[in-house]
Parts: sequence; C-alpha cells; structure tokens
Amino acid sequence: MPGKTITEKILSAKSAQDVSAGDLVVCPVDCALGTDGSTPMALDYFEAMGGRRVFDPRRIVFALDHYAPAPNRTTAQLHQRMRDFAALHGIALWDVGEGIGHQLIVESGRAAPGGLVVGADSHAVTYGALNCFGTGIGSSDLAAILMCGEIWLRVPESIRVTLTGQLPDGVYAKDVALALAKELGADGATYQALEFGGPALPTLHLDDRLVLSNLSVEMGAKNGIFSNAGLPACDSSVEADTDARYSREVVIALDRLAPQVALPHQVDRVVSIGEAVGTPVHMVYLGTCTGGRVRDFHQARDVLRSGGGVARGVHLVITPASRTVLETLTRDGTLADFIAMGAVVLTPGCGSCCGTCGAIPGDGVNVISTANRNFKGRMGNSNAAIYLASPASCAAAAVRGAISDPREMES
Amino acid sequence: MTGRARVFGDDINTDYIITSRRKRESLDPLVLRHYLFEEIDPRFAASVEPGDLIVAGKNFGCGSAMEVAVTAVRGARIGAVVARSFSRTYYRNAVNNGLLPVICDTSRIREGDKIAIVGHEVHNVTTNETILAEALPKIMLEIIEAGGPVPYFRRWGRFNVGQVTDLPTKE
Repeated sequence: MPGKTITEKILSAKSAQDVSAGDLVVCPVDCALGTDGSTPMALDYFEAMGGRRVFDPRRIVFALDHYAPAPNRTTAQLHQRMRDFAALHGIALWDVGEGIGHQLIVESGRAAPGGLVVGADSHAVTYGALNCFGTGIGSSDLAAILMCGEIWLRVPESIRVTLTGQLPDGVYAKDVALALAKELGADGATYQALEFGGPALPTLHLDDRLVLSNLSVEMGAKNGIFSNAGLPACDSSVEADTDARYSREVVIALDRLAPQVALPHQVDRVVSIGEAVGTPVHMVYLGTCTGGRVRDFHQARDVLRSGGGVARGVHLVITPASRTVLETLTRDGTLADFIAMGAVVLTPGCGSCCGTCGAIPGDGVNVISTANRNFKGRMGNSNAAIYLASPASCAAAAVRGAISDPREMES
Repeated sequence: MTGRARVFGDDINTDYIITSRRKRESLDPLVLRHYLFEEIDPRFAASVEPGDLIVAGKNFGCGSAMEVAVTAVRGARIGAVVARSFSRTYYRNAVNNGLLPVICDTSRIREGDKIAIVGHEVHNVTTNETILAEALPKIMLEIIEAGGPVPYFRRWGRFNVGQVTDLPTKE
C-alpha cells in the first residue's frame, strides 16, 4: 500500500478510516468560522433545516470582519442578528474592530497541527500554514456544521511544492506565492491540495507560510498545507510518508526569484517586477489576510523610510489584519511612522479588499495592493485596476508613484 | 432540463457573477438577479430568461465562496451551469441550492444554442451533438435527490452516509 500525503493522513485520522485521494469522508470539524459575509445566510439554512440547538457551540466562532464597521443599516442589522444568535447559543464572536477572522483563528490558537478547521470564506485555506487542514465552505455547509458538527469532503489528490534555497534580499513570501500562481494557473490545483515542503522550510517564518497557504485558493486548491518542519515541534503534527503519491511535483528555487507582480485582473497574470516598472500608481493598499501582519508593515515601512516617504499624489491606505497587529504597530512606533507619512488607517477587517466598505478607488486609478485578488471591480470600482505585490514592492511603488523594484530602495 | 445557452469564458469568479458590494444592500436572490454578471456583461441581467442555462469554460465560480453567487443565479430561474470545470466551493454551493453543476467539454457550445441535459449527457440540440458529462459524487446525488440540504437535514439531522453509520454519535 502506498504512503500517504499530509492531507490523506489528517482526513484518515478525522474520519477514523483509512482513506486516500478520491475517497469520500464525513469528519467532525475542530472549529468552524462564520463571517458576516456568510453567516446570515447560514442562519437562514439552519432555521429551515429545523435547527434549534447548535451541535457544539464551542467549536464555532463568528467574526464581524467583512463589514467593519457596518457601512449601512442592512449590514448593521446582519451584525445584530449574528450577535443575538451567538449570545443565545453560547458561540464566541469577534466583533467589529477585532480583525479578520482568519488572522484571529491563527492568533487564538484554534488552528493547530493535525487539525481540521473550516471557514465559511474561501481564505480559510490560510490555516494550512500551521500544518492544519483548512478549507473554505459556503453558508449551507456551515449550516450543516451548526446542525451536526460535521462536514463531508472528498479526499483530494496533492500537488507537492518543494521549496529550496533561501529568499534573497527584497524577495518575500508573496513573490513566491505569485510565482507559484503563474506556474500553476488559476485552476492548476482545482479539487486538489497543495502540500508545501522542502529544505527551505526552516528559513520560512510562520507569517511567510500563511501567505503561501492563503494564496493557494487562487490556484483553485482545496487546502494548502505545510509540513511542520521548522516550526516548534508538536505532538499532533502530521508529516507525509516518503512514498506518498502526488499528482504533480513543483520545485521553486527561492534564491532565483525576483519580486513578482500580478497584473489586472487575474491573480495568475504574473510578471517579474522589471516588466511592470514605471506603471503609474495612485493608491497603495497594505493590509488583508495575505499582507496585513506585523512583519508586512515593518517591511513596507523600511522601504518607505529608505526611499524618502510617500510620493506626492499617492494615496496610502493601511489596514492591520487584527487589533493585536494594530496594538503591536502602535507600541513599536510603526503606526506613528505611517501616520507621519500620510497614511490613512482603517479598521482591522476585510473591507477595502473586497469593496464591501473602506477605501474605494476612483475611475482610472491604478492600485497596488498586498491582497490576494485583483479581479475587476474587486475593491468596489470596476473602472480601477489592481496590481498585487509584496509589502516591500507596494511600498516602493508608494515612494516613486510608479511600480518600482524594492531592491533598489532597501537599505 | 432544456434551455438556451448563455456562454461565458474561463475563470469567471464569483465577484463577476454577483459583485460583493451588492450584498451590502440585500441578500434576496430576487433583488440580486438584477445585477448578475454586471461587471463583465452589463446587458445580461435584462436579457436573461427563466430556463436559460449558463455555459462556461474552466474554473467557473473561482474566488470567494459566497453563496449568493449561486442563489442569485437561481433567483433568475437558471437551472444549471455547464462548465469545463468549477471551483470546488461553487460546485458544493450549487448542489446545496438546487443549481445543477454539469462538468463537460463546452468548447463547441455557442451563445443561444438549445441545450438539453439528460442524466450524464448534454445534448446540443442546435448542432445535434452529444457531450458526455462527469458523474456527480454519490453524496451530492443523495442531497439533490432529497431536494437539497434543507430537506436532507430535516430528514436525517446529520450526514447519513453508508460508510460512517457505524461511527458513534458524538453526543
């Protein structure tokens, strides 16, 4: 019998069966996240299903992150409904201002090695960074979990992504993720898992891994899971067998990478930054569940400082991924640096990334962003164009008012 | 199921099906149907007719897992999406809301063709061509046969799949 991938092992353990790719399993979830974007509909399904009691409220958590703060009465009422339901059933709720649900799942320790955590939001794949099976679901599947605590899943085939070498100066996890999106394409991992491993892992910080796992859904992946190698040892961590079967193997030599940019309006339309240098930029966005953590803001601040600050006419908007991130940036002086450079600081949450609230670009505006999606209209205006890049590359664009190579600015 | 093909290309993400910002105003499918595909085909919503079928290339429904991207399509009384492939979240959400997702080669279907879906076969009545579609996983067929997850759960209260019935209940 052939060996198993990390995903096959976790789904075998959770379903108490010996399963491999292609099998169907029903598993209890360790935790399920519902956001204000998905939960109100889930509550409709739950009620229609005859739900009265939530199966295990301790395994559910709600985050008010997509409309933070609520931009109108309709969404304010959605928040009220979620608060009332959470209070009635004893469900934990992260209220407006606490941050993006995915970041809070990570910060609160709810995603752990060997675990199975789902979120009613596509970027629940982020939890894979912690050697945890994380996948996105819709509202009706969340309702089913409220009913019975379980989800059905097809065990996916895995694509092995081997990372070698070390990131050169000026090149970051976001560049690796964009290079992988270019290699695989927007549907290259559909119905499959990405499994990240290789000799580079000890050099990759958890925050780097979160970026790669987060973007795996932009290649269609069901989950994007990391080996635990290089992170603190943990009894529950799961590693692949040496004879595990993969549908495809991709090797990325980190030391050969240059900064990357995804051009409008597709995440897999990626070029090396040299091919985009000079493109005028009017708005720079630092934030989201991809690029809104403390290290991201430090990297961007360092480039802005050594480059001499924000160019005239560039609108710099920052959104820390959580209140904890915001507090850290406040304590260490980074926030004051950004404010002094003219940055607009928005409430921790998802808003500007998906155009649900926050800063919306005007017609003809070019935005460069640390986010994960650049679809037409994504930030709330289909007449704007969105480029995706690392925090350092976004900061370099803010310095020059045009896409620029951050390696020319880092001290 | 028979209907007129409304053809789209590859990588149609859920924001293109219904833009996120419309969710701010309403989650009602009968409201949202008026904004279907507005980012990429502003004339679609006014021209859609009950019974129309969406035909697309690869990776239909990629991006956000938002379920309104399915319910808004159902709100326009579209019964099926025929595509070369789907994002997994759209595929699940479609089954859970009675929108039939059909996977097959769609490269020879043209806008306005009359399409009939019968079991695992997609007939292009206009060109007299038959395309073989992939079978749905068993659990999805069971959910569809039950009339969707709502009646399924009203009946069973949990996932009643053969291979797990011997597992102890967690309560």
